[in-house]
Amino acid sequence: MEKKYTISIYTENSVGLLNRVSAIFQRRHINIESITSSASEIEKVSRFVIVVSLSEEAVKKVVGQIEKQIEVIKAFYHTDEETIFQESALYKVASKSLFEERHIQNIIKNSHANIVTVNTEFFVIEKTGFRHETEQLYSDLAPYGLLQFVRSGRISVTKSPMNIKALLTRLND
Amino acid sequence: MTSKKNITGSEALIHCLLEEGVDLIYGYPGGAIMPFYDELYKFQDKLQHVLTRHEQGATHAAQGFARVSGKVGVCVATSGPGATNLVTGIADAMIDSTPMVCITGQVPSHLLGSDAFQETDIIGISTPVTKWNYQITDVTEIPEIMAKAFYIARSGRPGPVLVDITKDAQFASFDFNYTPCTGVRSYKPVPKIKTTSIDAAAALIEKAEKPLIVWGQGVILGKAEAEFKAFVEQSNIPAAWTILGVSAIATDHPLNVGMVGMHGNYGPNMLTNDCDVLIAIGMRFDDRVTGNLESYAKQAKIIHLEIDPAEINKNVHADVAVLGDVKQTLPLLTEKVTAKPYTNWFAAFKKHDEIEFEKVIKNDLHPTKEGLTMGEVLKEINRASNNDAVIVSDVGQHQMIACRYARFSNSKSNITSGGLGTMGFALPAAIGAKMGAPEREVVAIIGDGGFQMTIQELGTIFQTQAAVKVVVLNNDFLGMVRQWQQLFFDKRYASTEMVNPDFVKIAEGYFLDAKRVTTREDLGSAIDEMMASDKPYFLEVCVEKEDNVFPMIPSGASVSEIRLS
Ligand SMILES: Cc1ncc(C[n+]2csc(CCOP(=O)(O)OP(=O)(O)O)c2C)c(N)n1
Ligand SMILES: [Mg+2]
Repeated sequence: MEKKYTISIYTENSVGLLNRVSAIFQRRHINIESITSSASEIEKVSRFVIVVSLSEEAVKKVVGQIEKQIEVIKAFYHTDEETIFQESALYKVASKSLFEERHIQNIIKNSHANIVTVNTEFFVIEKTGFRHETEQLYSDLAPYGLLQFVRSGRISVTKSPMNIKALLTRLND
Repeated sequence: MTSKKNITGSEALIHCLLEEGVDLIYGYPGGAIMPFYDELYKFQDKLQHVLTRHEQGATHAAQGFARVSGKVGVCVATSGPGATNLVTGIADAMIDSTPMVCITGQVPSHLLGSDAFQETDIIGISTPVTKWNYQITDVTEIPEIMAKAFYIARSGRPGPVLVDITKDAQFASFDFNYTPCTGVRSYKPVPKIKTTSIDAAAALIEKAEKPLIVWGQGVILGKAEAEFKAFVEQSNIPAAWTILGVSAIATDHPLNVGMVGMHGNYGPNMLTNDCDVLIAIGMRFDDRVTGNLESYAKQAKIIHLEIDPAEINKNVHADVAVLGDVKQTLPLLTEKVTAKPYTNWFAAFKKHDEIEFEKVIKNDLHPTKEGLTMGEVLKEINRASNNDAVIVSDVGQHQMIACRYARFSNSKSNITSGGLGTMGFALPAAIGAKMGAPEREVVAIIGDGGFQMTIQELGTIFQTQAAVKVVVLNNDFLGMVRQWQQLFFDKRYASTEMVNPDFVKIAEGYFLDAKRVTTREDLGSAIDEMMASDKPYFLEVCVEKEDNVFPMIPSGASVSEIRLS
């Protein structure tokens, strides 16, 4: 049975690694729903967060192939229930809407979104939350004309500890 | 630690190779690797370079060298087309877990990404087929990266590593210090052994009435032949091999029950679906071994001894996974098993062997028809070499016949392209094998098709005088494809018939001793003459054109649907 899984990968900071990791998915025709790469809680260690819909058996095999890469320190997979996750979205709207349409101010307030910047031509709203929340805001704002919209990949932390620090201390010895 | 003051990147590369114990490399020069070749010129007495006739040949030669010697094979090429010509051999080494380090020259770093002359993104191209790869643009990285390359190539489950070095990094100078690599923190080559897994495996074996061992190349790569033999003998369990596992114990060993897989033996294939415990040792359940997974050993409990955690449950679910290096895990398991007679079980193998002999082997090895069979050529080679040659086979019918009928007395003796099935592998691989084991007789068994894929390496043989014995089994067909066309495509022989040149004349054109055999009367003496020669020798044997290799598990069928005709 397919389910949404978040794969977290701790890696050395290496140029070619993204290629290696994405090739693992490509070869198996697995669609990556979102991917982010950033620093992690450990200095010089990067963290990928990849979201896929797969059976648990398939996700296990993929994680095995990922861990096999030389520069991967450790990879985990988790269900939505096991993680705290968010996405961020930015919405660029023409400024005249903000001033002429009273309703839009209510939308912003009710959705707990922030106005990041305002000038005479446009303003930018930022919303962080679950997918359905950023999507809701999208459909609420769409009638007023979105000049631009962008959403980040999922970022996520697990409820249970990852213990990468301990693992690295062991590996460093 | 070795230090050298103010040397060039190229010279540093050579010192790295020497530090790693390399004294022989294969390659082909070109613009972006010229600084390295210039240095090589000065180190000729310490580091021999074999000029192959194509970069693909360099990779296969390095593979052949690695597979017979257990050392890392090294090959070198220039950027662009030189580097892309390596790709087939790298992919082959990847899937067959062969330790290899490839060094490629690259355009100067300021030209990277500019579509410069002979610039290709070889890092991008080789990523999916390398265990690791790296591009050096800064000369000071050379020692650390080279040390890491060798460590990664040879440790754990071995594999190919590619290091791409820009031309400016080869020219630049720095103070060189070399420390061999002993670990990479994100890479765990050998998983920790869980003693509970050993206990669980022993418990399953203890209860088994019809156990079967299937071993693969892991035994050879782990240099665990002695430990494996001890386990087999201590447990008295029939043991079957994959195409890359053969020769880990002698063909004549009484517990060796033959080959599994598509053209393997009747008994071990049929009885895979009858055994109650299947002990897989250093093998990866390739589809050519398992046939249809839905009906593969479903009745059996599976024990999987394996160094690569990603192989566990990849194709076949393991009831007990024994992770670790078989050199360590096998002795732990041996301690815990006791021999049982398994009388009826062995009788079942014998019964199947008799059927296979009657239906297949008799006709292959003792034919009564006029035309020569590939099998009888192998039989003669066994006789003339005392079952102790290194057999390097190419890909096709002759390969399956070679692996089925060659008899081995020593490990690391069957060199073939198993996972990738690369036609053109054998001729260059045999050159490498001879250089990796000069004291051994090396016989290449090649089809008329595959021979023409790397035929130019006859030039390398002539130039180096590597004393390989090259046997072309000529059926004037891409025989294995023709066999499939006959069996599964109503004999529509689309593009499989070969109009061949005079191979003997070609070999003679390269100044090699060469002979052609067309009759049974001449076969034995021709092979004796070839074996007696201490020089390279070419023998073409014209065999029956439309013979087929049996037994055969049709692709996608179950191991128990194996056909004898
Ligand atoms: C590079 C490559 N191309 C194509 C194939 C597909 N293929 C497998 S066996 C075979 C026929 C080999 O013919 P030959 O070398 O004459 O050997 P034979 O089967 O006749 O003994 C072919 C074309 C392959 N394995 N490798
Ligand atoms: Mg042929």
